[in-house]
Amino acid sequence: MIARLSGQIGLAYAFVDREVALSKRYWAWELVWIVYGIVTSLSVALIGRAAPVISGQVMDEATLDRFVLYLLVGSIAWRFLGIVFENVTEVIAWERWEGTIEYTFMAPVHRITHLLGMCVSSVIRASVFSTIILATILLFLHVDLSQANALSALVLLAVGSLAFIGLSMGAAVFPMLWTEKGLQMAYIVQAVVLLVSGVYYPVDVLPGWMQALAVISPATYVIHGLRAALVDGAEISALWSDVWPALLIGAISIPLGLRAFLFAERYAKRTGRLKRSG
Amino acid sequence: MALVIERTIDQGPPAASDLALVAKNVVKAFHASGKDEKNKRIRAVDGISLSVLRGEIYGLLGANGSGKSTLIRLFSTLLEADSGQVTIFGYDIRDDEMAVKRLINRVSVEASFFKKLSAMENLVYAGRLYGVAPAQSRLRGTKILERLGIDAKRHDEPLEKLSRGMQQKVAIARAFLTAPTLLLLDEPTTGLDIRSKREVQAFVRELRAEHDATILLTTHDLEEAERLSDRIGIVDRGKLVAEGTVAELLTNANVSTLEEAFMGLTGHKLEDADERSEPHAP
Ligand SMILES: Nc1ncnc2c1ncn2[C@@H]1O[C@H](COP(=O)(O)OP(=O)(O)OP(=O)(O)O)[C@@H](O)[C@H]1O
Ligand SMILES: [Mg+2]
Repeated sequence: MIARLSGQIGLAYAFVDREVALSKRYWAWELVWIVYGIVTSLSVALIGRAAPVISGQVMDEATLDRFVLYLLVGSIAWRFLGIVFENVTEVIAWERWEGTIEYTFMAPVHRITHLLGMCVSSVIRASVFSTIILATILLFLHVDLSQANALSALVLLAVGSLAFIGLSMGAAVFPMLWTEKGLQMAYIVQAVVLLVSGVYYPVDVLPGWMQALAVISPATYVIHGLRAALVDGAEISALWSDVWPALLIGAISIPLGLRAFLFAERYAKRTGRLKRSG
Repeated sequence: MALVIERTIDQGPPAASDLALVAKNVVKAFHASGKDEKNKRIRAVDGISLSVLRGEIYGLLGANGSGKSTLIRLFSTLLEADSGQVTIFGYDIRDDEMAVKRLINRVSVEASFFKKLSAMENLVYAGRLYGVAPAQSRLRGTKILERLGIDAKRHDEPLEKLSRGMQQKVAIARAFLTAPTLLLLDEPTTGLDIRSKREVQAFVRELRAEHDATILLTTHDLEEAERLSDRIGIVDRGKLVAEGTVAELLTNANVSTLEEAFMGLTGHKLEDADERSEPHAP
């Protein structure tokens, strides 16, 4: 049993290793995404810094620091969650594009092991990217992290990753069923999540029906909790009201997403949608 | 959950058998994708039964669109048959999918790789999926690639920089790395120049001789079918219309060349595509 489990972990590692190798070979693109991420977050932080000028109101330094950090937490956390979501969602689409999908699906690897490897890679990638973005911004801009509770933040990101993994496995099904439109649909899902989850503003400002969507988006809780942890230094024990909904969404969405994925795989094999040329 | 499924695999094949593959009445139909053909279905594989003996090289010969690739995909668990049964070394491909996957490998027409990764990186990755340790993959990979005439200094270059012929050789090396007991080769030499073609053919024969491998290949090259196969199956419009050694096929059709036999059995030339639907990408 133990040997078998470690065997599966070894297999999952094959995917992590492959993703790292790919990342190195596509380094120029990785650089593009990182620069893009830095520029986005930096711009948002600068909007915060410019708040007194834009609004014509006087703000004291502490208020301003708080405002900047509020925006920055949203921006970087969204980058993190977005990378997890995109990488897992693109599991099928990417390999279709590379032309390797049939080889991956033919290999003697359980789908759960394959997906585990891909999810771990995407969390690693998201962590590396967000850390680089944050570090770079700290070089450019004064950011007040004196109250930040790093432990609470890490716990929230971990919980958030789980919830997003479930969602994105579900979204990964679209490209399997609809070769081209599928990925487009998945991106729409992601965009809606961005809109309703209070990434840059409190969800209270949303119209009522959007707030209903916010309730089922795990990002709402993760970002709310992250703000409490990084801006106000909340202990993890004080964040339970943000942790449990995200955990619950993960507990529901992971098994559901996995089921959907396995179902879609069989459907694709029945209808010849995995790949047809040759 | 997934771990439990493996239980049956380590218990050895259900019955020791000298049959590598047995297909019984396999049918696979697809929805036609043309505009006015919305509800039409194409029987890509239309009731094929065949057996491949252990250690044999079995060649499937058929025109474009006759259903060869579909059959290979059915055998390699990439497609699910509508009806019929397939067993590979006694394992049912549906019920014992994981056991079957461990025993087979397939080379597709187009060499499908992570194009930016090197030949060696691709081999090491593929090896890992089949439980071959990276160090061993590197060792074996180097040997196989050199045997196929790919210089050591090219092993670490991104694959997209290699010629089509070289890529196809790496694809074959990748399949062999995992030491499959049944190797499915879908048009392994299509698109290669004469020299590479010969090299790949020689390699395939060598592998069978040295590694107790069984090989099922498809081709629409008469010469290749003759040169490589112990037995040939002729596929036409999704049906297996004849099967046997070259000599048997010639005697039965009462002709002197395989080309004539093909014409006699199918009523058309090998170069004429089976047109049961809209043309599709080769
Ligand atoms: N995934 C699929 N979806 C729909 N139709 C398909 C699919 N795969 C194959 N077909 C159709 O099934 C028929 C048989 O195709 P197949 O690719 O098996 O032929 P083939 O003998 O391999 O031809 P070729 O020599 O061109 O490779 C063709 O009419 C093809 O269009
Ligand atoms: Mg084909």
